[in-house]
Amino acid sequence: MSVMEPAPAAVSQSGHDYFATLARWKIWEILFWAALAGCYFVPEMDRMLMSRVIIWGLFAMSLDILLGYRGIPSLGHAVFFGTGAYVAGFCGKYGWSEPISALFFAMAVAAALGWLTGKLVQRVAGVGLLMVTLGLNLILFDFVLRSTDLTGGDDGLQGIVIAPVLNMFRFDIYGRTAFWYALVVSFILFIATRILVNSPFGLALIGARENPRRMITLGAPVEGDVSRAFMIAAAIAGAAGALLTQTTQTVAPPTLSFQRSADVLVILIIGGAGRLYGGFIGAIVFILLQDYLSSISPVYWYFWIGLLLVVIVSFFRKGLLPSLDALLQRFIKRKPDAPS
Amino acid sequence: MSGIILETRHMRMAFGGLVIFEGIDFALRRGERHAIIGPNGAGKTTFVNLVTGLLKPISGTIWLDGQDVTRQSPQQRVKSGLVRTFQINSLFKALNPLESVLLALLERDGRGRIAWQKVAAEKQQIDEAMALLARFGLAGDAYTLTDSLAYGKQRLLEIVLALALKPKVLLLDEPAAGLSTQQGHEVFSQLANLPGDTAILFIEHDMNLVFQYADIVSVFAAGSMVLQDSPENVRKSPRVREVYLGA
Amino acid sequence: MASILTVLFNGVAYGFLLFVMSVGLSVTLGMMNFVNLAQASFSMLGGYILVTAMQSHGLPFLVCLPIVFVLVGAVSVIVERLIFRHFYKTDDLTQVLLTIGLVFMSIAMATYFWGGSYQRFDMPSWIIGQKEIFGLTLETYRIFLVGFGAVMAVALIFGLERTQLGAMVRACVDNRRVAGACGLNTELIFAFTFAIGGGLAGLGGALSANLLGLDPNFPLRYLVYILIVVSVGGMGTITGTLIAALTLGIADVLGKYYFPQFGSFIIYLLTVAFMLWRPHGLLGRGA
Ligand SMILES: Nc1ncnc2c1ncn2[C@@H]1O[C@H](COP(=O)(O)OP(=O)(O)OP(=O)(O)O)[C@@H](O)[C@H]1O
Ligand SMILES: [Mg+2]
Repeated sequence: MSVMEPAPAAVSQSGHDYFATLARWKIWEILFWAALAGCYFVPEMDRMLMSRVIIWGLFAMSLDILLGYRGIPSLGHAVFFGTGAYVAGFCGKYGWSEPISALFFAMAVAAALGWLTGKLVQRVAGVGLLMVTLGLNLILFDFVLRSTDLTGGDDGLQGIVIAPVLNMFRFDIYGRTAFWYALVVSFILFIATRILVNSPFGLALIGARENPRRMITLGAPVEGDVSRAFMIAAAIAGAAGALLTQTTQTVAPPTLSFQRSADVLVILIIGGAGRLYGGFIGAIVFILLQDYLSSISPVYWYFWIGLLLVVIVSFFRKGLLPSLDALLQRFIKRKPDAPS
Repeated sequence: MSGIILETRHMRMAFGGLVIFEGIDFALRRGERHAIIGPNGAGKTTFVNLVTGLLKPISGTIWLDGQDVTRQSPQQRVKSGLVRTFQINSLFKALNPLESVLLALLERDGRGRIAWQKVAAEKQQIDEAMALLARFGLAGDAYTLTDSLAYGKQRLLEIVLALALKPKVLLLDEPAAGLSTQQGHEVFSQLANLPGDTAILFIEHDMNLVFQYADIVSVFAAGSMVLQDSPENVRKSPRVREVYLGA
Repeated sequence: MASILTVLFNGVAYGFLLFVMSVGLSVTLGMMNFVNLAQASFSMLGGYILVTAMQSHGLPFLVCLPIVFVLVGAVSVIVERLIFRHFYKTDDLTQVLLTIGLVFMSIAMATYFWGGSYQRFDMPSWIIGQKEIFGLTLETYRIFLVGFGAVMAVALIFGLERTQLGAMVRACVDNRRVAGACGLNTELIFAFTFAIGGGLAGLGGALSANLLGLDPNFPLRYLVYILIVVSVGGMGTITGTLIAALTLGIADVLGKYYFPQFGSFIIYLLTVAFMLWRPHGLLGRGA
């Protein structure tokens, strides 16, 4: 180590390149979204099912901001999904039938709730955190179930009317509008999230995930960041919930049950947390598997979901995406060793 | 304005029944190179934790640059220029040194909450991070996961993270721990390059480093500051030998 | 007046049930920091073993209980050795996911073996009906529960405080590494604790089956209550678990009796407030 070794321009340049490369769109990403959009044109594709997959993918991606990037596990993420879903439902029921503005409104309400939740939980960790998020989920579920006058209780909201998107595209029974609406909204929110995780704030979230104490001694407002992360994640989860309500014109208590929180966690873990795409990959696997299994054995399909979960955490502890990635890396690394 | 930049007044601390400080009065002057020595368990690390706000004293006050910061959050103290390193490396395992240093720089410059713009756009900070890494011979490891760096390099990174914040007061908890003698001297000669008004308080067990780089030495033992004097006088003091042998 | 005392008594009986179901989880959580949601499945298994032994094999109720304890204890130690022990070093969330996966599987398996509907119990005649105690009319079965639970609690607290085995378990809860370094066979102690804890969970399930109803969704219904007891009581403390279980039992029964329109809402609200106030529980140690 010499006393003064100025960084040569090349060294500096490599730093710029490094971050630019990290944020650049990869070929496979473009292929992924193209393939998703292409599903629409596949004959006999169940478009309602596909829009459900996309919505769940968006929902799981919102959890990824909290869990994958900030490292906060939540057993109550359905609170925000359900809030978005019910707000969109109320809008549709009481005359605010224009879907896009209602979607924004649902996101704002969910974001406010997320910010509050972040404020509440920023000092708890570990089992305490799991308990509190689970508790909040149960409280809201119980509340919605019991406030029959307000929410319709078990039956859910009746008489939701959603106007055509942009005054042009009616929600039809074939799920054509539903598919595109869900895909476009999800894609826009995905891009926003993608910018976020590649931003200085995204880096700060990862820093706090890795070592909150060190982040504090670097002067970072770690607790405030928890609220901010919750707020953003909640807004996106709320959008997913609103999408579900608007594309199906129904909303019922299961949208904010603990079961839903567990499912979204399972989806993210199957796909792999901290990868941005883990949620979408997990949703494709989970929803299609669920659809298939529940059609062949309506009673026992949860056995297979349980088994899948056990296998994933046992053998692919980081989820499918990172495991595949590692396999690919090994494969690529081996190549140069081959005799040339 | 007095020359004192960091001060504790009657600071008391205990863990349950275990009293660490009976009530300690300590002062650090602007530009001073001040060493703390003392046997294991004397409370040196606890002192740093209290001053930086990771722990709260039972009573007494802490003053930074003439301000009572006893009730301030650790972050507020960092913003006022009070920066530390840890005795046991406290790094970002899954990040590389470039990203780690960049984190520090972005926080220092108040750019850590920017969420709508790529990290790549922070060109000035990236350049500065690279220059800092290069100064400590870490440029070649800028893209290696911190977790897989050799221990010595991790130790250097620990110090670089603190320096990145441009501290007014730098608290180093055994910066040379686990480094070779040679590496230890290199670290300290780098610190000598810091601006002259930067106050450095370092905890160190290696007496050679202490005597070579400190202007003044404080000896901590059994709940109090036993002695504060120039390195030569501390070296001669029978009290110090007593403290170490008694421990 | 008499009625509030009766309701209180029912709450205590319910509390003891929750205690027996949760205490194993509390101790294993304190000891190896393992979040075992499948504890609720062990309870369900206990319930089904009791049904099978009584209804299909005609064994007397009191004979069935030790059978349940031994069988569920054996099953839980097998699960611990085969699966859980590989996960002691993983984070809370991984453990939650693993064990919730096992809960899902156990629900499907229970449906497969015992069907999806509620089980019918023919309890022995001596335990059905009511008794007059201190001028109160109390159900005999609940009196039995309170007595049984109290004996269990005393035995556990005494066993942990006074026996050599208890001292070893406590040493492991306090500091696993040091205990291991001092020559204790921590693996064996873990397995043993798991067996006892699982056996007790099974007993809890068996005892609650005829009171709370037994169907394959039992684990999901009572999981939350078990978790509340453990986290409010503070993990690793039997006394804390007992206090939390009794409080929850009484509060739940009182709440449902006097404010049925709120259901479990108040309980959840109080739990969340409590956890925010004391994240490590009533008697738990701060990390
Ligand atoms: N969080 C804590 N809880 C309880 N006791 C603690 C805690 N932190 C430190 N101690 C105790 O306080 C005393 C002082 O510890 P401290 O780490 O400050 O010593 P030190 O002077 O830095 O020692 P060393 O030279 O070994 O680093 C020790 O007896 C230690 O066991
Ligand atoms: Mg120390």
